[in-house]
Amino acid sequence: MHITKQLVEHLAKLSLVELSPEEISKYTQELDALMGYFEKLNKLDTSHIDPTFHVELPTHVFREDEVKSSFPREELLPMFPAEEDGAIKVPKIIEAS
Amino acid sequence: MKPYELTIEEASKELSQKKLSSLELTQAVIQRIKETQPKLNSFVLVTEEEALKSARAVDEKRAQGQALSVLAGIPIGLKDIFLTKGIRTTCCSKILSNFIPPYDSTVVRKLKENDFVLVGKLNQDEFAMGSSNENSFYGPVKNPWDLERTPGGSSGGSAVAIAADQCLGSFGTDTGGSIRQPASLSGVVGIKPTYGRVSRYGIIAFASSLDQVGPFGKTVTDAALLLKAVAGHDPCDSTSANLAVPDYTKFLKKDVKGLKVGVPKEYFVEGIEQSVEKATREAIEHMKKLGAKIVDISLPHTEYAVPTYYLVATAEASSNLARYDGVKYGYRAKAQTLQDMYRKTRGEGFGREVKRRIMLGTFVLSSGYYDAYYKKASQVRTLIRKDFESAFQKCDLIVTPTSPTTAFKLGEKVDDPLQMYLSDIFTISTNLAALPGLVLPCGFDQKGLPIGLQILGPHFKEEAIFHLAYAYEQSTQWHTRKPPL
Repeated sequence: MHITKQLVEHLAKLSLVELSPEEISKYTQELDALMGYFEKLNKLDTSHIDPTFHVELPTHVFREDEVKSSFPREELLPMFPAEEDGAIKVPKIIEAS
Repeated sequence: MKPYELTIEEASKELSQKKLSSLELTQAVIQRIKETQPKLNSFVLVTEEEALKSARAVDEKRAQGQALSVLAGIPIGLKDIFLTKGIRTTCCSKILSNFIPPYDSTVVRKLKENDFVLVGKLNQDEFAMGSSNENSFYGPVKNPWDLERTPGGSSGGSAVAIAADQCLGSFGTDTGGSIRQPASLSGVVGIKPTYGRVSRYGIIAFASSLDQVGPFGKTVTDAALLLKAVAGHDPCDSTSANLAVPDYTKFLKKDVKGLKVGVPKEYFVEGIEQSVEKATREAIEHMKKLGAKIVDISLPHTEYAVPTYYLVATAEASSNLARYDGVKYGYRAKAQTLQDMYRKTRGEGFGREVKRRIMLGTFVLSSGYYDAYYKKASQVRTLIRKDFESAFQKCDLIVTPTSPTTAFKLGEKVDDPLQMYLSDIFTISTNLAALPGLVLPCGFDQKGLPIGLQILGPHFKEEAIFHLAYAYEQSTQWHTRKPPL
């Protein structure tokens, strides 16, 4: 598997990260080298092995799904990058027709 | 002896005997930070005012004769990944450079219940991604043993703050070695407990199936005291274990007769520095003299750990970091449309290594590649986990080197991500298998750089690890050496 410039551009689009042309060519090179090394995993036959996405320990606990109070709005307001009338302000999403 | 040179155990005794006040101790520590910070860059925020206020409050409580925790009045530093209510928390990223959390992480809440004194937030690799602390938005941390070298990462600041006597205890996080590798390279004690031992609530997430919190201390006893204070179940983190937390100090004994210590042959391979191998083997010999039984074991899938880890961790990271979009908090770039705002915020707000990992993680999770990479790595993760399960049938604990080399030079590996990732070879399997691991000093190389020994144990057997670590530490002198600052 070779990592191409087009693939990195596609990944930047998927992950919503703006990359400069220099970054794209640098990441293409670096990811290609990394994936080359990571191919090593293909030496192992894992067709009969269950994946571990998370090590399940017998101690994990679920709690009741109860409604609890959240943070007071005024404590969260100072975090917002832009705010208007107590709401988060963002650039326009819906285009005028 | 200066107050800042004390261990927690010693300082706590002096405080309770009223030979020293927390205010005096805290002032001495703050002064020490101010003197050494320009050389080391280990802090990203010094909370002097809050620290002095907390210290006075503890002294007041003590004067009233209240029963206090062993950590009461003790100056402690926190990696800048722990949310601290009202105190800036950046994860050493531009994207969070203005972030003031509205709540405390559970670790901080518990430390407050113990009346600790927070002296500041410690430098780290951005979002805990790195092995040299060179990925911080606030610049690299310097190793106090040689200022041209890295202290390791990602919890570089937390390790250095202990090595340089800038606080008596500190906390970090470990996703692939981020507590143990800097503990090794900086010559201090650090432990990554079992996944689930400490709540992750309020800790900025990197890879949620691997992240775990742990303390750094000057001694094994201090690390045991610090872990005890923060461990335990938390309703805010369903992965935190609903298990009683033992009093670890009760297990700190010098006699290890009959303890079976496994030594995996795969951890002594080409590429490991001679000085590291020698120190590790001497430590194993020493344990034998202390009465431990040494057993040869095999962890056959060790060579697959680096690819497995970097595929799993980056996949999880790319999902976790999706939340930084400039909308609700943190840095926001100027843009006309929402899509552009997202792209520019993330392009400008994340550093080079973080973007590299987001690209890699997005790739392994993307349509057409998921089975070949993410699922494949998760299957190999099962094999790595099973290696340890078999090994622990033959031994009680496992002893290994921590890092194949001692501290490397700043700049040496920044342009070669593969070489940087390979330096985590001995620490990442532990996280993939959710096991606990402690690192403590076991020697110095010919350049005078510290070498750390790693002790691994079965799930939730931290007390057994502390036991062996204590017996080794108390019969050697390595932990008493201080860097020439």
